[in-house]
Amino acid sequence: MSANLTFPKGGVHPPELKGLTEKLAIEVMPLPDELELILGQHIGAPCTPTVKRRDEVSEGALVAEVTKGLGVPLHAPAAGSIKALGSSAHPLRVSAPSITIKTNPEAAPATWEVQEDWRQSTPEELLKKVHDAGIIGIGGAGFPTHVKLKPPADSPVDTLLLNGAECEPYITADHRTMLEKAEEVVEGGKILLKILGIKTCVIGIENNKPDAITAMSSAVAAATEAGFDIRVVALEVKYTQGSEKQLIQAITGRKVPSLALPSAVGVVVHNVSTTRAVRDAVVLSKPLIEKVITVSGRGINRPANLLVKVGTKVSDIVEFCGGVKPDLARIVLGGPMMGFAVSTLDIPVTKTTSSVLFLTEDEIDSRELSNCIRCGWCLEACPMGLEPKEIGIYVEAGRPEDTAQFGVFDCFECGSCAYVCPAKRPLVQFVRLAKMKAKR
Amino acid sequence: MWNVSVSPHVRSNESVDKIMWTVVACLVPPLLLSVFVFGVQVLLITAVSVISCMAVEAISQKLLGREVTVKDGSAALTGMLMAFVIPPGVSFLIPILGAVMAIYIGKHLMGGLGYNIFNPALLGRAFLLATFPVAMTSAWLPPLTDGAIFTYLSSGVDAISTATPLAVLKEQGMLAFREAFGSPAEVYPSFFLGWRPGCIGETSGLLIVLGGIFLMYKRYITWHIPVSMLGTMAVLTWIFGGDTLFSGDPLLAVLTGGALLGAFYMATDYVTSPSTRTAQLVYGIGIGALTVLIRIKGGYPEGVCYAILLMNPLSSVLDGWFKPKRFAPPAGGEK
Repeated sequence: MSANLTFPKGGVHPPELKGLTEKLAIEVMPLPDELELILGQHIGAPCTPTVKRRDEVSEGALVAEVTKGLGVPLHAPAAGSIKALGSSAHPLRVSAPSITIKTNPEAAPATWEVQEDWRQSTPEELLKKVHDAGIIGIGGAGFPTHVKLKPPADSPVDTLLLNGAECEPYITADHRTMLEKAEEVVEGGKILLKILGIKTCVIGIENNKPDAITAMSSAVAAATEAGFDIRVVALEVKYTQGSEKQLIQAITGRKVPSLALPSAVGVVVHNVSTTRAVRDAVVLSKPLIEKVITVSGRGINRPANLLVKVGTKVSDIVEFCGGVKPDLARIVLGGPMMGFAVSTLDIPVTKTTSSVLFLTEDEIDSRELSNCIRCGWCLEACPMGLEPKEIGIYVEAGRPEDTAQFGVFDCFECGSCAYVCPAKRPLVQFVRLAKMKAKR
Repeated sequence: MWNVSVSPHVRSNESVDKIMWTVVACLVPPLLLSVFVFGVQVLLITAVSVISCMAVEAISQKLLGREVTVKDGSAALTGMLMAFVIPPGVSFLIPILGAVMAIYIGKHLMGGLGYNIFNPALLGRAFLLATFPVAMTSAWLPPLTDGAIFTYLSSGVDAISTATPLAVLKEQGMLAFREAFGSPAEVYPSFFLGWRPGCIGETSGLLIVLGGIFLMYKRYITWHIPVSMLGTMAVLTWIFGGDTLFSGDPLLAVLTGGALLGAFYMATDYVTSPSTRTAQLVYGIGIGALTVLIRIKGGYPEGVCYAILLMNPLSSVLDGWFKPKRFAPPAGGEK
């Protein structure tokens, strides 16, 4: 194994705090009474329900279909009856249309068995299975996976990267998946290679997960097969190592141009947990109905790595994990750097939720912002070489439309700038405002 | 309902207050040394300067209807730095007037913390130099050698004022300088340690450099501005600073006239200096070159103050010229 790879410019080192859950094996959470399936789980238009109230559904049955634009279908995570076609709390949109399923505790859980040898299928058949199983990027982006597997004809792809960096603090869901399901991740990688029609796959893992690196390396070695060139590389521990452009640069040295897709430099990136979901979709014909999430933070009594059904409400997770502590101050869906704070426990997990964090006052930072002192720390921290301080000053001065010159459209809102800012300026918020108003 | 806000939800424990008060703390050792060199009145002058700056900040913010942020330490730092660049024998009125100029006009009328174009402490000094030219250029005190730090308090300072090394060098030449301060072998150590006439805080090169190194260790400042400024001064002084070309004394140039204080504490002021590394190097070179130009051709012996004030407004221009390198431009070049 070579030295730890990394991207050269920017990045920050927030405390990792993975010790709360990294040694805990994935637990299966018992089926909750109700599941709420948000129709817009992916990037693109929300799905349209194919069921109506009081319909009985079996586990894995189709409940919503794509009717326009880009997207993937939605399936019933468990057997039960449709209780309502209404709306649910949503971390970003406040409320979003959803399907509520009253689960049937009597129904036997579905058994997902190996269907057939995927090696006999054509790439088109495999791609259709990925789409039909409702697979999207479950590391957080939510981009439909089948779309990423069909790169534009004018940019041929030669390398598949599997993202096991998991650079956000606290989260250990990918870590545990790689450790406990290494063979499945590797098999998923082979399926992706077959769909893409290429042979090179590199799995990047931050070196704060040596056990996962070992497990994945052994799984790769055990699955050696002609036509598949798969290897594991260790990455330096640095936030945003797991961001697509930084990961590609760290591993291949290639730079994805501004506003372009990774396929522009011949690369496709998939998260390791997404890869495992692809394997389940193809090998077991199992749709994406459950996922591993990390429940962590000092505000929850029993931190855990849980396998939960999509649509499980945070309130049920709290109950299963022994309740919250009295000094709980903030609940975050996703990581502490890029996740979304939510105002209610009555909010369902989606396919893209990688963690639910229960943070106490001393874990978060609620200090008020002050004026920008132009220290330039944000320039040093930004992995994209942007000028967050100027974007903030322009937005405050009422000129968000003039911020394109500082690279606002290249910003992927990693929060490194706001993390280091000594004046505690909400630079990500300024950027989001600027993006709405700036002229391209 | 829970506390919601935009990501990131975790942030580093650095803060403006922490930075400002750390820099203030780094200035305490040179101040204490100054008490031993010039007597306890420098402590009083510094206290008056710091308290006036903080009071003017609070009053200005009240007057302008802004939030009072005097606890963030930025006004205290300005007060400390302004005291460091005035002579030890001035009256207490001088730092009070300087504080009004530095904080009210130089900072809050410009928009408050972060929006001032000029370094407030140096603006205060420039104002005092123009309004009290005699006191500001003659109230120097010879160093105390007997540890009698209350001497000047009881006797008054008018009768015993002396001249600074650079003034002697500029006005009377090297021969007079040697006579007053000794041979180079004697001068360098005493100047580096601080036993020579000068402004309150600029005498001890050693303690100022140590403070600067600590700030670099804390990553509050980087080497770019101090090294480029002092390096430029040394090279240009060596070339042009002597009677013939290549005969100037570069070491003397950086040890005198507040060059070290200016390089580590004034030119590195976040608000009034550029943010990108390349811009900082150009900025430092500019300050070094202007300082030498003023010392050799100008009317003032020291030059650092005006060189920094002249470069301050160019900071944002330099930042515009030397932008950070983007990750990758769009395919087909920038629009």
